[in-house]
Amino acid sequence: MGNYAIETVGLNFNFGNQAIVKDLSLQVPKGSIYGFLGPNGAGKTTTIKILLNLLKSPADQVFIFGKEINHNRIATLKRVGALVEQPAIYGHLTGKENLINRCLLLGIKRNKADEMLALVGLTEAANKKSTKYSLGMKQRLGIALALVSDPELLLLDEPTNGLDPNGIIEVRNLMIDLATKHNKTILVSSHLLAEIERTATHVGIINKGRLLFQGTINELHLLSKPMLEIEVNKISDAKAFLVQSGYEILEITDKKITVPFTSPQDSGALNTLLIQNGFTVSSLYLQKKDLENLFLDITKNN
Amino acid sequence: MRSLYISLVSEFYKSRKTLAFWAAIILPLVICSLVAFGFYSGSDKVLNMHYPPIMLWFRYLGAALGVMGVLILPFYVIFMAFSVNNIEHKNDTWKTLFAQPLNKFSIYAAKYLYAVILIFICLFLFAAFTFIFGHLLQVLVPKYTFNQYDPSLILIKFYTKLFLASLGILSIQFILSLLWGDFLKPMGIGFIGTIMGIITGNVGWKYAYLIPYSHPSLVLNSSAGAKKLSNPADFPIFTQEIYTSLIYALVLFIIGYFIVTKKSIK
Repeated sequence: MGNYAIETVGLNFNFGNQAIVKDLSLQVPKGSIYGFLGPNGAGKTTTIKILLNLLKSPADQVFIFGKEINHNRIATLKRVGALVEQPAIYGHLTGKENLINRCLLLGIKRNKADEMLALVGLTEAANKKSTKYSLGMKQRLGIALALVSDPELLLLDEPTNGLDPNGIIEVRNLMIDLATKHNKTILVSSHLLAEIERTATHVGIINKGRLLFQGTINELHLLSKPMLEIEVNKISDAKAFLVQSGYEILEITDKKITVPFTSPQDSGALNTLLIQNGFTVSSLYLQKKDLENLFLDITKNN
Repeated sequence: MRSLYISLVSEFYKSRKTLAFWAAIILPLVICSLVAFGFYSGSDKVLNMHYPPIMLWFRYLGAALGVMGVLILPFYVIFMAFSVNNIEHKNDTWKTLFAQPLNKFSIYAAKYLYAVILIFICLFLFAAFTFIFGHLLQVLVPKYTFNQYDPSLILIKFYTKLFLASLGILSIQFILSLLWGDFLKPMGIGFIGTIMGIITGNVGWKYAYLIPYSHPSLVLNSSAGAKKLSNPADFPIFTQEIYTSLIYALVLFIIGYFIVTKKSIK
């Protein structure tokens, strides 16, 4: 238990009769960037709210840094920074005033506000009313607010929502920076796998309140087995021949045969074998199911 | 306690640029100067009445108190209760506020306390400006007899009563504004309540004291009675409507806490 920043044990949560989170067992290792993935309405935001004790979890199901959350609410929240849904910003205050207000609430010196503005690149807009901020600036201010207390654990709910490509890259780099240089644990939710793939070290995939996959990013990649697509003439003969030669056929269409990919050498040997036996191979193609499709498969089948 | 103090400081910081905060200062200033200006420009008429000093003060402070207590105070309370909560509704900041490492009750109590402090500031300034402008009038119109009676005790007692009488309304409006993020519902209910309060308070209905909106009117009616006392400053502060107001305030304050912990999180 000691190695997890977040651990939930068979967490269940209902709104009335509707079960939002079912038997969820998250394990977020310290120092990881944990991509929390799922389509809209999967229960991501609800889970994050539970992790912040905004929604009360059943006893002994949620542990932050090994401590049960309901009994250690204040102590736990001191170690957590969060950006939930839209960044919570007071529109009538400037960006700097928003940060100062948070400093007041946390009992931190005011000059921390300037430091945070610099960190997220808002120094120039410090004295501008935050209603006049662009969406990307608001998002960055939201992240700055989450970082004010220098928390060990950051919960970011779709932090790149509505950002332009530049903004997305900035947030991504900031997350990597925080995890590698500042040793923070980050749980970042998203409905876009491509987004998570670039930064996350660990991934959890949730759909309809259930955790469908949890593991390192490499484990996720392993799930998507590479395949070799062979375009060959006399397709049914070729199939019979390959089966006879001990190959496993994954899929066959009227033009292509798909077999598992093992190594480039094996692919070459397979090609030679077919040609030597009188087949014409017009293409050999290494097909890797991308994570996006994998994600869709995982969420669709359940 | 630290949580409460921190939250309170933050409330001040957040709202120091809002109308709710400035209204607490501007309202008394504007109304008292208007009344004082009336007494200055119409000094001939007032002097012709040959009021004794006590009655002169009563006429003068009654003018501010009348407008203020019946209409402006309830509406200010309604607007301010709305504003203090709306700052979180509008910016969708309730959840962030409750995700801070601060005691939940302190966060809520600080908000309520902040509203109470604003009413206090507003009424304190009313009393202070009434006093100051009264003496200013004396300087400008030397024939006045404002300097022959010290109204401070009466002022303090009246405004203390008004302050206590407004807490019941505040608590109702505070809960309404917690529940609804929009302006119309709490404003509408408050408006109807205030009208009802004025009517029931003025016709002297036996059970008017049970309606918090009537408490300021009841306090003002008792001021009319105070004039007849041999010493007008002798009226009691803790009367039936004040107790009722305080009970309302206490009960609704506690209920409000349960509402806020349930509601803010969705």
